[in-house]
Amino acid sequence: MNYDQLRHLADSYGLVVMALVFLVLIAWPWRPGTGDANTRAAHMIFDSEESADG
Amino acid sequence: MANLMMKTGGWFLLAMLALFGFAASADRGFAVHMLICGLAALIAAVVTMRRGETAKADASLYDDEVIRWGVIATVFWGIVGFLVGLVIATQLAFPWFSLNSEFTTFGRLRPLHTSAVIFAFGGNALIATSYYVVQRTCRVRLAFPGLARFVFWGYQLFIVLAATGYVMGITESREYAEPEWYVDLWLTLVWLSYLAVYVGTIVRRHEPHIYVANWFYLGFIITVAMLHVVNNISLPVSWMGSKSYSAFSGVQDALIQWWYGHNAVGFFLTAGFLGMMYYFVPKQAERPVYSYRLSIVHFWSLIFLYIWAGPHHLHYTALPDWAQTLGMVFSLMLWMPSWGGMINGLMTLNGAWDKIRTDPIIRMMVFALAFYGMSTFEGPMMAIKAVNSLSHYTNWTIGHVHSGALGWNGMITFSALYYMTPRLWNRSRLYSLRMINWHFWCATLGIVLYTASMWVAGITQGLMWREYGDDGYLVYAFVEVVQAMHPYYVMRIGGGLLYFSGAIIMAFNIAMTIAGHLRSEAPMSSPAFDPARDRPIRPAPIFAPVAA
Repeated sequence: MNYDQLRHLADSYGLVVMALVFLVLIAWPWRPGTGDANTRAAHMIFDSEESADG
Repeated sequence: MANLMMKTGGWFLLAMLALFGFAASADRGFAVHMLICGLAALIAAVVTMRRGETAKADASLYDDEVIRWGVIATVFWGIVGFLVGLVIATQLAFPWFSLNSEFTTFGRLRPLHTSAVIFAFGGNALIATSYYVVQRTCRVRLAFPGLARFVFWGYQLFIVLAATGYVMGITESREYAEPEWYVDLWLTLVWLSYLAVYVGTIVRRHEPHIYVANWFYLGFIITVAMLHVVNNISLPVSWMGSKSYSAFSGVQDALIQWWYGHNAVGFFLTAGFLGMMYYFVPKQAERPVYSYRLSIVHFWSLIFLYIWAGPHHLHYTALPDWAQTLGMVFSLMLWMPSWGGMINGLMTLNGAWDKIRTDPIIRMMVFALAFYGMSTFEGPMMAIKAVNSLSHYTNWTIGHVHSGALGWNGMITFSALYYMTPRLWNRSRLYSLRMINWHFWCATLGIVLYTASMWVAGITQGLMWREYGDDGYLVYAFVEVVQAMHPYYVMRIGGGLLYFSGAIIMAFNIAMTIAGHLRSEAPMSSPAFDPARDRPIRPAPIFAPVAA
């Protein structure tokens, strides 16, 4: 594959595929029914507590 | 026992190899470095022997030994790095401070400063906090404890080799990647071990979900491995010498360098430190992150956008125009995830905003996030070609970098150190909370003085350079612009001194905490109470007794 072919891939199919992968990845946490899982994930760091004040 | 013999013998063999390298070296710098490597391997051999067969570690506790070393190393390298920064800032204002020695010239001390603060201070903070966070979010001890310790000491050796190399004039002349080929190979080995420890720990986790802070840390580790390897492809002149030449040439070389350089900012100084933010800010605030969904969007947007922003360092150069525009546009798009992430961090305090007043660690974190927002606003703005034509090569760039480095990286690291220290050494609290407050105000005033003077200096410099007279000639000679910078350089020394003083206060506070002392001091805040008014209202007597 030479420079021109790579460049052509990069600004056509490559670009579209990368953009689609990106959109799927950022849409993934918003799919319906994931609210509880996200809340749990956000709270998991508080499950165990070691005490120290400041 | 046989295992111990093998290990010790291995280190001893490495020491012998280094000694051979020393004897056969082609130049002085390589010889000194081989001597340092040999010494390090000998120390490793002796320590391995003295420790003997290590006792089985207590599996009911997290593996925190190497994190404690990391906290101390972070504080130590921070002090060194800030001090060298202060020295070179003074050299710019007062050139005689170069001391007329090749070892203390600005050109050699400047990479010492940048590497000490980014890789020694920041890198140790990242390794220590990542080990802390990955164990606590995966609810498991570090995988490969021996390798985790090798990562720490191997990284310290890398720092020592890099720093001594700069002073001796050994450099690849690639900004933020100055170490020569053999130091690069060593760092590759250390970094892949780091990746193995990190991934190994995640694989063995006892939590089904991988907490988002680990995504950022892992993104940082993997991307830095890729950047480091590609940017440092080079061919040494001699296998026993300290000089190599890049595999790339001309504009390709420049683009590879800034693809590396900008993503060192994006993944080392941003993604890694965001890993700290997503764990320590919620923990200190005792509230979950504002939106977990937003944190995932933040992550993928940074990963997909940052990697293209490098060309904005090469505006108006031989780089093709489309590549410059691409770098500019992707830099502008970075506004969204950066501000999304900042808002996510700040809004974590939603409903607990009073903690900014009462908790100095939270105050530091909020300040760090505010500077994350400010410098990620300024960066894309400076990537716009028209703005860049004014700002490039001026002190504005230095001001921008320091608002991000001192404000964001420094402050979030300090707050993470303050969070971890009492927990790692099993103290009920830090030696002094009030000292955090002093540190905060010293650092804040220092940053304001530093960035404000560099902004004014940079814009002055840019405008003076491009000022044409009616006759079509430049109005100012270069040296006149240099003269105009003097007062701002002096102001910057003041800012640096304040920031450095804050770091000294922190070092004292952390040392006293480790030593087990508690400063007796008034609490940071207490509800108002006036005993004189703490009594019932006495009804006024209706029939006053009349004196007879």
